[in-house]
Amino acid sequence: MDTAYAYSVLMSIKHGLLALLAPGPKYGYQLKAEFETATGSAWPLNIGQVYSTLQRLEKGGQIEADGVPDDDGRVVYALTPSGRAELADWFGSPIAQESRPRDELAIKLAMAVSTPGVEAREVVQAQRSQAMSSLQSLTRLKGTVPEEDLARVMVIDSLIFAVEAEVSWLDRCEARLRKARTTQTPEKEAVQ
Amino acid sequence: MTANPVLELRNAGKVYGAGATLVTALHGASLSIAPGELVAVRGASGSGKSTLLHLAGGLDAPSTGDVLVEGRSLSGLSRKELARLRRRSVGYVFQDLNLVPSLTAAENIALPRELDGARAAEARTEALAALEEIGLREVADRFPDEMSGGQQQRVAIARALVGPRRLVLADEPTGALDSETGEGVLRMLRARCNAGAACLLVTHEPRHSAWADRVVFISDGAIVDETTASAPVAVDLGALT
Ligand SMILES: Nc1ncnc2c1ncn2[C@@H]1O[C@H](COP(=O)(O)OP(=O)(O)OP(=O)(O)O)[C@@H](O)[C@H]1O
Ligand SMILES: [Mg+2]
Repeated sequence: MDTAYAYSVLMSIKHGLLALLAPGPKYGYQLKAEFETATGSAWPLNIGQVYSTLQRLEKGGQIEADGVPDDDGRVVYALTPSGRAELADWFGSPIAQESRPRDELAIKLAMAVSTPGVEAREVVQAQRSQAMSSLQSLTRLKGTVPEEDLARVMVIDSLIFAVEAEVSWLDRCEARLRKARTTQTPEKEAVQ
Repeated sequence: MTANPVLELRNAGKVYGAGATLVTALHGASLSIAPGELVAVRGASGSGKSTLLHLAGGLDAPSTGDVLVEGRSLSGLSRKELARLRRRSVGYVFQDLNLVPSLTAAENIALPRELDGARAAEARTEALAALEEIGLREVADRFPDEMSGGQQQRVAIARALVGPRRLVLADEPTGALDSETGEGVLRMLRARCNAGAACLLVTHEPRHSAWADRVVFISDGAIVDETTASAPVAVDLGALT
């Protein structure tokens, strides 16, 4: 997995947890459940991830244990002033385009065009079918979420617009490949 | 058990012109839509999408093959029967809207119902309800040239949905609409289908076509692909750490 992507994912879990602590102190298991609810269950977290992230945040001074652990040894975490500042900074600054994953698909298509024996249009078609299918299932999911449930609808929309961009781009690739083929054919004949 | 299809295209093809100007707009296309189904058509400009819809709505006769609506071949119908079917069972949203310029929004919507024998007052009540549903109650008494492009488009959609239409054919119904209004139209079409109608929708927007049960892709007059929803996608971040 792309390390830049893994990094940006870790950063968003970290900031997501800080955001959930903004209204008041919470337990780790509570944070896991609230994170999933807030993002429309699109990103399930495992509890280990939550605790390792909380440990990192505690070490970094952005959160602290609030009072003593309960009888089961569970700790309530609270934001520190430094954590609150970091959260404000996160909301206040846009996410850089470069922190997005490197695009395996674009690389694959670039290779498909130049590799002998590979029919690039078929690669495009197959990819577009599967992107369209995903778009359909995401839309079906959206149809089941009440529009008042803003957080979930917005997260699902984010996934929908991203997949739609891929489909539109693949439409464009197909058109380019088709045009390239019709303009190239006479040349090939001229050579023969 | 599968219900009888509302619309069936059997190897339907369309050729325009003759000789040097001959254009094969549609090669034998086969497609069947059951009650409750929403099917979207995608494809580049000039690929044959509107041609397909024209054949499905009986606006044009196929050069080859057959088109059946509610089990009846359109080629076997008299002009009168065909006109009746189009008024009563088929709602059509034209790519160029086709609103009557001398009629208000409400009158445009009421027209097919009145032609079909509904009383004027009843047709107007239905028209107002259709405008309400599409969020345009306030333009009821305006003429098409007194409305924005997007408002005219929604009036055309309301006209196609009014009354007991079992088959809705919509050609780029969201072309002039912003993202939110466009989604509202798709939610309405989806609800119509969930209530038992069959719908064939042409759209350039992948996001809108994704409301369909099936998305067919046309290239150079031929259906080359068809997709359905995949298993739900969940982005599992657990694999990353
Ligand atoms: N009445 C006609 N006479 C001659 N050719 C026609 C006629 N109608 C359509 N065509 C041709 O048939 C082909 C398919 O046209 P059609 O209108 O179905 O395309 P479309 O997919 O709806 O395109 P768009 O996305 O631009 O609306 C095109 O090449 C078009 O030029
Ligand atoms: Mg068209």
